[in-house]
Amino acid sequence: MTTFPIEKIRADFPILAEKIRGKDLVYLDNAASCQKPNAVIDAISDLYRHDYANIHRGVHTLSVRATDKFEGARTKVKDFINAASEKEIIFVRGATEAVNLVAQSYGRANIRAGDEILITAMEHHSNIVPWQLLCEQTGAVLKVAPINLKGELIYDEFEALLSDKTRLVAVAHMSNALGTINPVGRIIAAAHARNIPVLLDGAQAIPHMKVDVRALDCDFYVFSGHKLYGPSGIGVLYGKQALLEAMPPYQGGGDMIRKVTFEKSEYNKLPYKFEAGTPSIADVVGLGAAIDYLNAIGMDSIATYEAELLDYATEQARKIKGLRIIGEAEHKGAILSFVLDNIHPHDIGTMLDSLGIAIRAGHHCAMPVMDFYGVPATARASFAMYNTRAEIDVLMQGIESLIKVFG
Amino acid sequence: MFDELRDLYQEVIFDHNRNPRNFRVIEDADRQVDGFNPLCGDRLTLYLKMDGDVIKDASFQGSGCAISTASVSLMTEIIKGMTAQQAEELFKKFHEMTTGKDDNLQLEALGKLAVLAGVREYPARVKCATLAWHTLDAALQNQHTPVSTE
Repeated sequence: MTTFPIEKIRADFPILAEKIRGKDLVYLDNAASCQKPNAVIDAISDLYRHDYANIHRGVHTLSVRATDKFEGARTKVKDFINAASEKEIIFVRGATEAVNLVAQSYGRANIRAGDEILITAMEHHSNIVPWQLLCEQTGAVLKVAPINLKGELIYDEFEALLSDKTRLVAVAHMSNALGTINPVGRIIAAAHARNIPVLLDGAQAIPHMKVDVRALDCDFYVFSGHKLYGPSGIGVLYGKQALLEAMPPYQGGGDMIRKVTFEKSEYNKLPYKFEAGTPSIADVVGLGAAIDYLNAIGMDSIATYEAELLDYATEQARKIKGLRIIGEAEHKGAILSFVLDNIHPHDIGTMLDSLGIAIRAGHHCAMPVMDFYGVPATARASFAMYNTRAEIDVLMQGIESLIKVFG
Repeated sequence: MFDELRDLYQEVIFDHNRNPRNFRVIEDADRQVDGFNPLCGDRLTLYLKMDGDVIKDASFQGSGCAISTASVSLMTEIIKGMTAQQAEELFKKFHEMTTGKDDNLQLEALGKLAVLAGVREYPARVKCATLAWHTLDAALQNQHTPVSTE
């Protein structure tokens, strides 16, 4: 496998040396959350040890240092996704909160009874439920573009669902349950031809590929830090500046105001207008460190390495009798969702755990996808840049063994 | 290879998973309640035929993991012929066994159900074992709304 510095990378993630039930950890639950490199762990602890105070407040040295680190991380995020300005980078708790922010702020201001919001059948619950709440509040209608058995969006049907009533398109860049990477370029072009803004849920895509929001021309892009080797509890809403300027605040409180009287408050400028209250300062700094770490390796190298891993895993999985892969899109990220004949995914999960292998078993917060395939749940192995072919071999041997035990 | 799982996956459990007992519909059931574990997607429908206060027949339909399938299969066998009160008492003992609150619990009192004691060590799997019993509890109390373990 090329010259990818896999040994060095693995050494950077201390948790990978953990023993689980006496076995070497094989961590294949990265789509749920990734592990953290020393660079991230150290950045957080260094901030607390040397530079911590509240931000945007004090004139004292520590507050200035903390603010510099915090705003420095915002610039790193801006550069990482190639946004035009720091004003377009809003820190939130995660992708879920970012979708809710858009639904409640942009949605409440722009979407009326009878209007339509278009999503796809492969969305995570966090890109379904915020829109359902908005529909309940406004009388708008949620439309769902179907997928085929390979787990791909049926593009023609998607396009046919774009109507004069469509006010927003919200689509996963990459599906968490299937691995499918959506044709977001075509989706955005078709929506923009009708002046419909597009939100991309990038929670799964962002750790696996180079994301350029200006090349994509998406209107909103959301992602979580914890799936990008950064801390949990921090995420990003990217929005085009003109859209964000026109949107009302989402939450009220400190930092998001310029002036408060009991008669009226004046809101702060972007991005602070959407950042009420003291944020998760250390986690933002940790996210910045994760981005530095990824930049040093290169997102394109990571994408190439992971594509080889997925190809290998898919090839090996297809050799196992009684294993059915759920999600076989042509264009796919490093996720292998599968079911086994007559063995429930939870039994698979418990059995593999006893071998030190961490996978996810369940509906992956995508119950409509499970319904579509007629399965209660799937087992999902999801890969990260620190996984290896040898780990995939351990996984496949584990699956073969448990099939024998269940007989 | 899976030696340390022997307490959880005993042969009896594999047997009931492969060949669930009372896996059928009771057409003239007096009680019928759905049980659902949203976390794993386990789903079952429990049927009871009562004769006064006595459980004359019990059966189920649905799909789930080996633990939940074995649990409901064993339950339908063991509760047949019991009064509602006896079944409720057994539910209490079963609950204590699977949640491990009582170290002095006499496993003998649980008979065949003791094969499920291993879930105590696997908190993520306790609900798999108890879904059947929560559903039975609802059926005995004549509730009709689906039972959810969440």
